[in-house]
Amino acid sequence: MKVLSLNFLTCAVKACKSTSGAYPLHPKDAELVEDDLEVNSDLLLNIMPRIDWPALSTTATELGFPSLPAQPPTKEELEADEKMLRDLHHLLMETQMMEGKLVCGNCGHEYAVREGIANFLLPAHLV
Amino acid sequence: MQPTIPAAADAGAAVSGAAGTAAAASQQQSSSGGSAASHAAAPASASGNGMQPPITAAAIVPVPPSGQNDSTTATATSKASSSLTANAAAAPPSTAASLAPSSSAEAASYEATHVHAVYESIAPHFSATRYKPWPVIADFLSSLSPGSVGFDVGCGNGKYLGVNPGVHMLGSDRSASLVRFARDHGGVERSQDVAVADGLSLPFPEGRADFAICVAVIHHMSTRERRREAVQALLDCVRRPSSNSSGNSDDGGKILVYVWALEQSNSRRGWDEGSEQDLLVPWVMKQKKEKKEKKEKKKTKGKSAEEGAEAVAEEGNAEGGSSDPPADTTYQRYYHLFRKGELEEDVEAVGGKVVRNGYDKDNWWVVASRCS
Repeated sequence: MKVLSLNFLTCAVKACKSTSGAYPLHPKDAELVEDDLEVNSDLLLNIMPRIDWPALSTTATELGFPSLPAQPPTKEELEADEKMLRDLHHLLMETQMMEGKLVCGNCGHEYAVREGIANFLLPAHLV
Repeated sequence: MQPTIPAAADAGAAVSGAAGTAAAASQQQSSSGGSAASHAAAPASASGNGMQPPITAAAIVPVPPSGQNDSTTATATSKASSSLTANAAAAPPSTAASLAPSSSAEAASYEATHVHAVYESIAPHFSATRYKPWPVIADFLSSLSPGSVGFDVGCGNGKYLGVNPGVHMLGSDRSASLVRFARDHGGVERSQDVAVADGLSLPFPEGRADFAICVAVIHHMSTRERRREAVQALLDCVRRPSSNSSGNSDDGGKILVYVWALEQSNSRRGWDEGSEQDLLVPWVMKQKKEKKEKKEKKKTKGKSAEEGAEAVAEEGNAEGGSSDPPADTTYQRYYHLFRKGELEEDVEAVGGKVVRNGYDKDNWWVVASRCS
């Protein structure tokens, strides 16, 4: 599961969804793999406005990446800065979480990630 | 009246042993090829008419008396589904789902038995029969603006996840086995992002996605309340409509929902207006090895190399998925067939606005956005 997808995942418990603590989910005991993918700058530039930047910053830090700038780069900045584009490509597209857990900061429920697949099925008492 | 012809799973792909389309025949053999390869001893066909369980090598399974159900054979399928299965001496018809549940808890447990357990059991076979995207859905995905982000709820083996490489899609499915196929769709390891999730408890944040598709899923929900809840869950994922001060308006994210139609008098199943809407529809896993090998050759000739290659890849996966049952096995899946207009009513009942809708090969579909 790409770091990009972690930006679009939250707790599956209904009562958690409206709380601010449930998003983003917190990686725990994460094992990462790094793929080698060609940079698709068009895709990246177009996806950027859809990213929740503060959540991405949190996730990046929790996964051990260097801190992201406080503000997301603008389209113009990204177009002019190839290194920043590559770094973002590496973080969002090439980095996958393969094993570990995703933890809800509100209810504390831990969702297992195995072989890159997170399992969000809930035990009966949380449905 | 129910037809006596076994039904295909969803529109578009036949699964029964009865004479179907050429595609159905080739799909069927593609999954059986895997099991043929995994059984070293070549079985002899019982009578060659395909209506009886095959006689397989004694070392693999006891030979059932022809035409009779045999519990030993049925237990060779996975534990979760053994209570649902029976050997098919003849192709079974669909039956009215007399056990249609009343309470929400009952409905959930009914679906666990009559939908979720079945998909876990048939996943390799199901996946091998699903590789061609339906055009209306492919067009919807291709029309999305570059960089769109969205979900495929009930992604199955992931056949829609890579249709448009200019968007990012995250697939989810209730079946862990199908999700595993989806992750490596197209034969590329980890090419797709997928998660195991229930359509009524989705792990997607509110109002973020540009789109969500949900194909052949909501007809497996056994009460209208749950079907509407499922549509609601899709609408909740996508962006709300908005307008800014400069007069630019945005109708927000779109959902695309496909469900099986009641009105399909032109299909082999023959259901139509007035038929029973809640059904148990059989999925038959045939084991006619000799016949299938013949068909396989025919098919390789008739189809493009590309398609053939895809079928082979799926077959390889099916083989890896271990135990194909040794005899014809029938699994009963619950379906609610939507009558004309019903899907639109459900969308509108939960705050959706129908943008486009239509009928496509035995299915009703809508594209909808949020009203507010």
